[in-house]
Amino acid sequence: MHVEEKLTAETFPASPEKATLEGKNKFLGFWFFLGGETVLFASLFATFLALRDRTAGGPSSDELFKMSIVFIATMLLLTSSLTSVYAMYHMKNFDFKKMQLWLGITVLLGAAFLGLEIYEFYEYVHEGLTFSTSAFASAFYTLVGTHGAHVAFGLLWILTLMIRNAKRGLDLYNAPKFYVASLYWHFIDVVWVFIFTVVYLMGMVG
Amino acid sequence: MAQHTNSGNPNVDLAYRRKKNAEDMKHQVISFALMIFLTLVAFFAIGYDKFSPWFSVPFILLLAIVQVGFQLYYFMHMSHKGHELPALFLYSGVFVAFLTIWAFMTIVWW
Repeated sequence: MHVEEKLTAETFPASPEKATLEGKNKFLGFWFFLGGETVLFASLFATFLALRDRTAGGPSSDELFKMSIVFIATMLLLTSSLTSVYAMYHMKNFDFKKMQLWLGITVLLGAAFLGLEIYEFYEYVHEGLTFSTSAFASAFYTLVGTHGAHVAFGLLWILTLMIRNAKRGLDLYNAPKFYVASLYWHFIDVVWVFIFTVVYLMGMVG
Repeated sequence: MAQHTNSGNPNVDLAYRRKKNAEDMKHQVISFALMIFLTLVAFFAIGYDKFSPWFSVPFILLLAIVQVGFQLYYFMHMSHKGHELPALFLYSGVFVAFLTIWAFMTIVWW
């Protein structure tokens, strides 16, 4: 099967992301990358856990964090994970338009999450927590900010794929690209689950 | 990957695959509902201040691990065949992650 062959729903394979050698390689390479990302975030989590009480007279986590904003952010990101699952469901059914629609919803939810995070950081700076206020502040902004940067990158990645392939439709050349981008998006949610638990919820019990 | 279910009739195969995908999607929606539920329980456990942190902290960590399991095995399809190497890569990362966090929490004291 040629990668750029025009396919129909009948001829589209069951696992389009792994139907070509390139797709198989992307799939494996991407999971290897996610193993590395796990280590990257672990080092940031470890630093945060070691330094989270070192506030150097600046604001502490239980003074700053508000449950409502974290809860809304969590729901937005969690829902965006489901909408990207829907996108991959339509990809497997060779329904390009619906896949694009659900990817678009995913991007909107992700952008709302990012906007909320920017607002949150802005608030914290106004309450006296800047990057250099304390060891807690640096560890917090680095960990949550690195996650936010991943969200921003993921949004640009998915948008680029959507625009680049808007007229091309779905084939075995771009199916692995969409699949891998959706894996990245889920991984961002995996990291967020630990951030809302370890940073925010644990920060609120003191 | 070759189609294991090749009946020679593409329409039959398509109907079978669509049905299988739809079933898969149902499992995904169920895991999503469970993940939302686990998140609500975690927020409630912290918001309800009658629980001691000695209970609520390990409890919400456990909920987070379960929720990540749903994310990995359902949303990221690790429960499907052909994910042996992804699991090796990911768990190697998790192993190093565990060592790093353990080290930082025990040797950093300033």
